[in-house]
Amino acid sequence: MADFIEGIIKVWNGYGPSFLNGALNTLIVSFIGTVAGCIIGFGVGVVQTIPVDKKDPLWKRVILTAVNLILKGYVELFRGTPMIVQSVFIYYGARMVFDYQIDVWPAALLIVSINTGAYMAETVRGGILSIDPGQTEGAKAIGMNHVQTMMNVIIPQAFRNIIPQIGNNFIINIKDTSVLSVISFADLFFTHKSAVGALYLYFESATITMAIYLVMTVTASFLLRLLEKKLDGDDNYDLATTDTLAYTSGMLSYHQKEKTLEDFK
Amino acid sequence: MSENIIEIQHLEKNFGSHKVLSDIDFSVKKGDVTTIIGVSGSGKSTLLRCINVLETPSGGKILFHGNDIDEKGFSVTDYRAKVGMVFQNFNLFSNMSVLQNCVVGQVKVLGKKKAEAEETAKYFLEKVGMLPYINAKPKQLSGGQKQRVAIARALAMEPEVLLFDEPTSALDPQMVGEVLAVMRQLAAEGLTMIVVTHEMAFARDVSSHVVFMKDGVIWEEGTPEDIFVNPKKDETKDFLARFIN
Repeated sequence: MADFIEGIIKVWNGYGPSFLNGALNTLIVSFIGTVAGCIIGFGVGVVQTIPVDKKDPLWKRVILTAVNLILKGYVELFRGTPMIVQSVFIYYGARMVFDYQIDVWPAALLIVSINTGAYMAETVRGGILSIDPGQTEGAKAIGMNHVQTMMNVIIPQAFRNIIPQIGNNFIINIKDTSVLSVISFADLFFTHKSAVGALYLYFESATITMAIYLVMTVTASFLLRLLEKKLDGDDNYDLATTDTLAYTSGMLSYHQKEKTLEDFK
Repeated sequence: MSENIIEIQHLEKNFGSHKVLSDIDFSVKKGDVTTIIGVSGSGKSTLLRCINVLETPSGGKILFHGNDIDEKGFSVTDYRAKVGMVFQNFNLFSNMSVLQNCVVGQVKVLGKKKAEAEETAKYFLEKVGMLPYINAKPKQLSGGQKQRVAIARALAMEPEVLLFDEPTSALDPQMVGEVLAVMRQLAAEGLTMIVVTHEMAFARDVSSHVVFMKDGVIWEEGTPEDIFVNPKKDETKDFLARFIN
């Protein structure tokens, strides 16, 4: 046991800053990848749920069908292949085929983003489909078009409903970005490999790595719960009144101009 | 003012091979309160949804101030902003407060300033007795309160015609009263309304025109007196007899 603690101290003294730097890189690439993935996912999800009407002009239907086919291909391709293979494919493949060496950071961000996007696209589509069609009808009935309905009514509700799934993706990304070490991305796992390579203290280094991963994921899920609570808003509401004498706690008052129906004719 | 706001000519609607509406003809003038009555499944709601283009008619025409709403260049979204709709299930936006529900359409669709839209929203919320609840979310309200907010949301768009699709069918008897009271008041103020309802007393006392539908066709129509006191067709008598007992 004493050996073990000694080993941990030795690893930390030698590689402490590297571990923290690796953890920071992991967090950055996971966070940006998740946010970018969400944006891609919302884009794809919204396009895939555009209603096609028989009365729409032919060109619109043809374009929509073609775009949907491409998006479906994107989702299937990146959801259906391992991220580690995609990393190798993009990082080394780009050099061989296009004679272009992509840098490690852009490659890492690109891989995580498009990967998350593929998963999020389906999540967003599910989120949108889960919203009561009455909400869409209510929006249409006051004259909103598809984009306005989506932006103001459907997406805010769908977003709230899929936060747990976004959280899942973020946590999966924190862990799964460890595969980026195959393209020498200096994340937490890469640091672990370097430390082990120099000191041969496998168990000690792995313990430190595990602990840091756990701290990051637990913190992430805690923060996401907070966001969920914030979006749900207060359970209570204040009654509003124009009666200034009734201005007590739990009520808010405002002044309203006297108006008659004539003002609106 | 005798110009028709809405004129429906030979309207038809099929769901697959099932004919829901056939050869519907009627028109609505400014200030008219038209009620559509009939048993469930007679096509009343479908007719209303066709008027607001939530369902696409299979045949016939709907004219709004003489313009065919199916014609190219006719903006359906502009049209819907002028023809409001109140639903059986309220369909309030659950991500917004009561006030936001009544403001969002004015700002996004009519392009009004937020402050002006809020004034208008508050005016109509007061009218339906929901002003104290501007900060509440729909899930915190009772059914009758939700429906009154939904009416205020539709009114805030200042529509020329307001369509009511069984606005009290999802409510318990006490709440039915509060919603009908609001609707009676609106009718008295001269709002043009088309109301699909099972509330026969409302149809008899408030409307200027009653349409009785059965099996997707207009069976009989006329003034409330024509329909409720001197119905000509046996089907109308049967239907009313069931309601009165």
